[in-house]
Order: sequence, then structure tokens, then C-alpha cells
Amino acid sequence: MTKTNSEALITNGIRTDQRQITDLRNIEIEVGLLDKANGSAYLIWGKNKILAAVYGPREVHPRHLAKPDRAFIRCRYHMAPFSTDERKHPAPSRREVELSKVIRMALEPAILTDLFPRTGIDIFIEVLQSDGGTRCASITAAAVALADAGIPLRDLVVGCAAGKIEGQIVLDLNDVEDQKGDADVPIAIMPRTGAISLLQMDGLLTQDEFRQALDLAIQGCMTVYDIQKEALTKKYIQLEITPPASDTPEEPVTSDTPDAPDTLDTLKESSKNEEEVSE
Amino acid sequence: MSESHDVIANIRQRRILDHIRQDQRIDGRGLLDYRPIQVNPGIIGKASGSAWVSIGKTKVLVGIKVETGTPYSDKPDAGVLTVNAELVPIASPSFEPGPPNEDSVELARVIDRGLRESQAVDLTKLCIIPGKLVFIVFVDIYILDHDGNLFDTAALAAIVALMNTTLRGYTVSEDGTIQYTDATSPLPLRNIPVEVTVVKIGEKLLLDPTIEEEALIDTQITIATGDDHEVCAIQKSRVGTFTLDEVLQAMEIAKNKADDIRTNVLGAYR
Repeated sequence: MTKTNSEALITNGIRTDQRQITDLRNIEIEVGLLDKANGSAYLIWGKNKILAAVYGPREVHPRHLAKPDRAFIRCRYHMAPFSTDERKHPAPSRREVELSKVIRMALEPAILTDLFPRTGIDIFIEVLQSDGGTRCASITAAAVALADAGIPLRDLVVGCAAGKIEGQIVLDLNDVEDQKGDADVPIAIMPRTGAISLLQMDGLLTQDEFRQALDLAIQGCMTVYDIQKEALTKKYIQLEITPPASDTPEEPVTSDTPDAPDTLDTLKESSKNEEEVSE
Repeated sequence: MSESHDVIANIRQRRILDHIRQDQRIDGRGLLDYRPIQVNPGIIGKASGSAWVSIGKTKVLVGIKVETGTPYSDKPDAGVLTVNAELVPIASPSFEPGPPNEDSVELARVIDRGLRESQAVDLTKLCIIPGKLVFIVFVDIYILDHDGNLFDTAALAAIVALMNTTLRGYTVSEDGTIQYTDATSPLPLRNIPVEVTVVKIGEKLLLDPTIEEEALIDTQITIATGDDHEVCAIQKSRVGTFTLDEVLQAMEIAKNKADDIRTNVLGAYR
């Protein structure tokens, strides 16, 4: 909380968290750790920790919201009171209401909503710890949760931001860089077609710089896309490869394993790693 | 694709009840056994203290934030403790987004009373300038996955989070402003309350119900006990009734289980 204004954000091409200007923060995704949700994902992106859960397709309440020809998508982006430096009041802020909407609009194009008329699909995103770039991280996590819920998708949606700090275009701004920097360009794309489903920008950029930032953010998205796919294959392809003929008893690979100890161990491990990097 | 957990097939209900009548559980536990408990303290670096606790598949995250503010006028030299609970819609198909409903308010208040009445946090040591400035300890309970027994899971997560909460060092200048230093100290605790909920299903008392078993509960009682076995808070919830004998039995059960948890789960973090 005691930030000195004179501190440089980039020194000899190295940022305050030891990254190069085109480096992403460390990203890990764990698929399906929640039992009650139809699909879920836990995403650690630098110091960001985000849980996304998907329920549905299910009945819509209130009923009049249901669409006769497609599923009704609802999305809530919410920050935990302890996720920020100052405690955040639990009631949704105007910022959260806006982000809920743009995240929904980023995800909806990927969902084959017309397969589920008169139903609702709920996407709940809880930011447990935030450190800049949570909207992109939320989209990334929510897309994995949608896939985990078995909802037919045209493609995953992946988010990543680029921006400008101290005159340089950099990838994936953290909180300090976002606050002290000159501009932030968060985007989300569907990588198979390159379709951009979220694009925002605040700050000041020349057209050239904007183009550079956009290219860099797309590059970042492609890297994150690989991490999403890897997380999903880790859960689902392993399931498929397990030879049925083997004499080992059927291994329950789903989240139904009693009290899922691995999950929490993983959580602990990753939080440790994160602490090491951040301190 | 999605199902409501509140609805359980009659045949399933009957099986659960048949087991309980024979002092068994459908998942193989005894009536007074908890599911496995897992504790992950300090998972939220930005919080002053935190804990992710799971009992079986039920998962609760508690984050503690310590901030400064004005004391209550009737206790000018004591810090302030506030507890808030969010039934996050992530946790269950029956949780809806929106302002706290009566369930989350009850949950928060039961945890609050366990902590407050046991004097778990030594509030007298949280005064900075009497009558003007004190530390406020915010306990935010986040229900992440609801598979039954939210009270006990949340209470456990809350106390573990408080146990790893740190206070920032400070100095007070003459004009009454405070300056933080880099030093930190653990939050002063005087007691470690443990809450145990005893539920009644078909004349039997049992612990740690799953969400399926909760649908069959006649009534339940939550009992918070402190280090010296003192009872600090009790809450009977739900519509049904207990006999006096059942209440006394429940007290004994809760006391023993609290001891067990205090030794085997919390022991490592004291």
C-alpha cells in the first residue's frame, strides 16, 4: 500500500515482477474442482485467483426471461470483499455490473445457444484475489468452465490484455502497471477464427501503438489458449485413453472422487509458487 | 443436465433412512464421523488472513481484512469484529445472486456469536486511539461448494483464517494520524472456538450431514465450545424439536468432536 511514485515500472527492459515486456504472468488452470456446478474452472494468473462456475442449461427464473428460440445467458462477475487491497463492499459495483455484461457478450458468441431453447445458462465468476487483468482472466476461466459443463461451443474464448507503460507496449499488465501506465487494451478472441469478442481500451495510444498492442494481445491469447486446451485435455483425454481392458479397477477420474485431495494439494502448491514469485 | 439438489428420489431417501436406523451412513461413515477435513491456510495473499477449508465436498473460503475505523461509543477502547457470509451462486444450484437472504444472515450470525462470545479475538488489544481509532476485523465467509454442514465448515475456516491473520505495525504521531511500519504481528487471540452441528434424523443424532442427508433433517443444533470446553454459542435451526435428553446428548457429542478437531485439525496451526 505504500507505493513510491518514483519507482520505475521498467528497468533495462525488466518489469517490476521480473517479466520481459512481452512476457505473460504464470498461468495455471484447474478444471472441474467444484462438485455442484455443472462445469467449473479455477484459474491462477499471476496473483489473480478466479473461480468460474457454469450451471445449465436449466429452467430460467423468472420465467419471462426465457427465449423461445435459444438459451438465455446470464453472467455475473463479482469480486470477493478480500480480493483487493482495500476491502471491497460485497454489493456489486457499477464496474462489476458493466464487466458482467461485457464478459457475457464476449462468451455468448461461442455458445451454440440455439440448441437449448427456453433454457438458461448461468455463468458465475468470483474473483478471489485480483491483481489487474481480471476481466480477461475471467473470460478465460469461464470458457473452460463452459467446456467442462459440456455446453457445445464453437470454440473456446480466451482473454488477454496488452497496454502501454513508460512509453513501451507491454503484454498483460498487472495492477500497478495498469494504475500507473498509460493505456490498457483488454481483448478476447475465439482463436480458431480469430474473431474478437471483447475489445476495450482506456488511456492514450497512437493508432500504431494500438495496432501493436492489439497484435501483442492476440499473441498472448494464443499462448493462453494452449494452456486452456492443456487443462481440458488433462481432465478429459486421460479419461478416454484409460484402457478398459486393463485389470486395474476403474479409476474415477471425475471430480466425484471423495473429497478430492489432489485438488486442494494443487491449490496449496500453486499458492506457494505464487507467493515465491511475488515476495 | 442440471438437477436441483433439494429434490431426492423417495427410494434414495428411504435408503438413507434405513441406513441411519441401523446406525450406518450411506457413504460408509458412522453416525458421529465427519467426512475428511482439509485445511489450506493463507491462500489469499492480499487478505490479512485466510483459509480454504473443505469437509468432504463442502468448500468454504474465509478471508480476513483488518482495517481501521471508529469504535462503538459504548466500547470506546475495543476493536470491532464483523462477520459477513455470502452464499455465492457458484456453490449450489439453489443459490441465487443478490443481497444476503435469511440463510446467509443466520450463518454469519452463528459464526459471529461463536467468535464473539468465546472472545476469540482479543478486541481490547485492537484499540489505537481510545474513542477515535481502532482496528476493525472483517471476517468474510465465502461458501464455494455446498454439500452439507455449512455451519461447521464456515466456523472452522473462520477460526483458521483468524489464526493466520497478521496486524500491521504502526506508530501514532502527535496529530493523531497513524503511520504504518513494515513490522507485522499475529492477531491477538484468546480462545479457539469450534462449532459442531448435531442433526436429528429419524430419532438418531448424527454429525456432518451431506446435502442429501440434510434434506431429511428433523432439526439441528449448532454448539460452539471454547478451549476449556465452555459453551459459547448455541443455535437451534430448522422447524423440528429436540427432547431435553437429546440436547444433552448433543452437547456431549459436540464437546467431544470439538476436542477432536481442536487437537487433530487445529493443533498444527496454533
